[in-house]
Amino acid sequence: MSEFLFQALLTLDGTVRVATPLILCAMAGMFSERSGVIDISLEGKLLVGAFVAATIAYFTGSPWLAVFCAIGASVLVALIHGFACITHRGNQVVSGLAINILAAGVTVVVAIALFRQGGQTPILDRGDRFGPMEFWFVETLDPIPMLGAVYREFISGHNPITYLALLVVPASAYLLYRTRFGLRLRAVGEVPAAVDTAGVSVAWLRYRAVLLAGVLCGIAGAYLSIGQGAGFVPEMSAGKGYIALAAVIFGKWRPVPAFLACLMFGFLEALSARLQGIDLPLIGEAPTHLMLALPYIMTVLLLAGFIGRASPPAAIGVPYTK
Amino acid sequence: MKKLIKMMLGAVVAVGVSTTAYAADFKPAVVYDMGGKFDKSFNEGVYGGIKRFIDETGVEVMEFEVTNPAQREQAMRRMVNRGATVVLGVGFAQADAMDKVAADFPDTKFAIIDVNWLDRPNLRQYAFKEHEGSFLVGMAAALASETDTVGFIGGMDIPLIRAFACGYVQGVKHAKGGVDVLQNMTGTTPAAWNDPGKGAELAQSQIDRGADVIYQAAGGTGIGVIRAAADAGKFAIGVDSNQNHLAPGTVLTSMLKRVDVAAYETFKDAMSGDFDTGIRILGLAEGGVGWALDEHNESLITAEMKSQIEAASADIVAGNIQVHDYRSDNNCPR
Repeated sequence: MSEFLFQALLTLDGTVRVATPLILCAMAGMFSERSGVIDISLEGKLLVGAFVAATIAYFTGSPWLAVFCAIGASVLVALIHGFACITHRGNQVVSGLAINILAAGVTVVVAIALFRQGGQTPILDRGDRFGPMEFWFVETLDPIPMLGAVYREFISGHNPITYLALLVVPASAYLLYRTRFGLRLRAVGEVPAAVDTAGVSVAWLRYRAVLLAGVLCGIAGAYLSIGQGAGFVPEMSAGKGYIALAAVIFGKWRPVPAFLACLMFGFLEALSARLQGIDLPLIGEAPTHLMLALPYIMTVLLLAGFIGRASPPAAIGVPYTK
Repeated sequence: MKKLIKMMLGAVVAVGVSTTAYAADFKPAVVYDMGGKFDKSFNEGVYGGIKRFIDETGVEVMEFEVTNPAQREQAMRRMVNRGATVVLGVGFAQADAMDKVAADFPDTKFAIIDVNWLDRPNLRQYAFKEHEGSFLVGMAAALASETDTVGFIGGMDIPLIRAFACGYVQGVKHAKGGVDVLQNMTGTTPAAWNDPGKGAELAQSQIDRGADVIYQAAGGTGIGVIRAAADAGKFAIGVDSNQNHLAPGTVLTSMLKRVDVAAYETFKDAMSGDFDTGIRILGLAEGGVGWALDEHNESLITAEMKSQIEAASADIVAGNIQVHDYRSDNNCPR
């Protein structure tokens, strides 16, 4: 039984690792969409962030500088989205999709030009990227049953970006619900005309939301290539931006429920990795395909059964014209 | 170039008149697949063989690197239109395109690597006995494991990758009884080849369950496996090309698939006029698969491991050990 508990603990540990980029992207998507700008381009920003982080880390050997540059690149992409959707009132879905396609192509082209390795960056050495952060007292607490293991495996030993992601959630909630900026942001996504009447610039508010999304996606991208991974691989975002977007909708555009949705996706993913090829009680060995499809099946079931009506911000997807 | 053709012409005339016309306008072409010729893996292996051919013969080879799936057929047609007499395709993903183009240009020779199910009179197909190479690295894994648990992580769940897994399991069992093999596939779509994050997570999940040697056959996803194993201080096993250098000291060995041999042989045969079509299967006996031992892993492979693996290798070549191929009956003996 204690072996089972230990494996359950390790699965939870895996959950947090898998969910980290989802959480950051979901918060990014939430800000953007709460301001009324649909953000399909989470995926593209994530990919650009991942590529730039790996490249800068390779050339400078500094993971912190790499994160900084990843944020910069992702913000630039966000600016393109903002320029198309806010300034020029373009179709937000089209712009987002265009950015995703652009990101998938540009990262590979530049990577081939720089490294000649088929679109990959060279694999990074341990010092060039973020490693796990060991907390204090791990050794001291280790002998204590349960608590020691929980502390060692679950609380300590994650990536710095993982801890950052966990801090971003309450910070986002605070920003959205407890600050003037947050109030206006929510208003601009519902009734932009009212905000405009109050003398606040709709465009500038939306730009700020979109840029904030850029910052968060940049960090998430860096996590993929220099935190969890050790280098960039073409299309390495592998749909995480879209899953994060689903989490936003799942969480009804609110930070904490969206965060929980990310954890759920992460948990299902971590679980399906561990259940492959294992004999389950009553069923026997479950087929690989079923286990691989598990996260998606559960998503459909939960989406159909639990979430209820998701009501998006009223002005979402509508460019503001006076 | 002209001088060279004259020289070649002279050489060929000496060999026999029948091949003269053919060799005089011998123009080889290769269509690399996605990933490009410097992908540190499959395509680069092919490039190695092509380079050897160019260095030895001085013949110019036309090449193209496809960057999206739609370009495959186009690229092959363009090669033929530009006068290519023999076109080499790389990878099973090009099979459909090659099938069509080979049918449309019956006078041109075609060859493709990693395909054995097409039927065209002007097409040579190369397949590999990946299960034999995997058998050997499975032995290495079992002998190096201290926990008696080893792992396998595949990319997309297709029979080819099942064959890797199956050969590996047989090798593990052959070397040492009672060793558990944990198996994971990354996914069921081509995206499974490019998800290092998931590869790392799968590797971590196997390490959590006690595995201390993990063999990956998962393309870009495998990079994540090698990384996760290195971070945890466990061993990984590389695939296709020699990946020992990716994390020196923690990559136990690599299963080599000598696509360079196939590429070199194709052009060499076409040049000399001995290009016969049909299916060629390269296994241990033909030098088509193997395992990697170099300066990065020589300290990890003990003399005893080496001798055992080499003995098994000789047995497979001699036919004393039959490694079951998953693809022959879509089943793996337990």
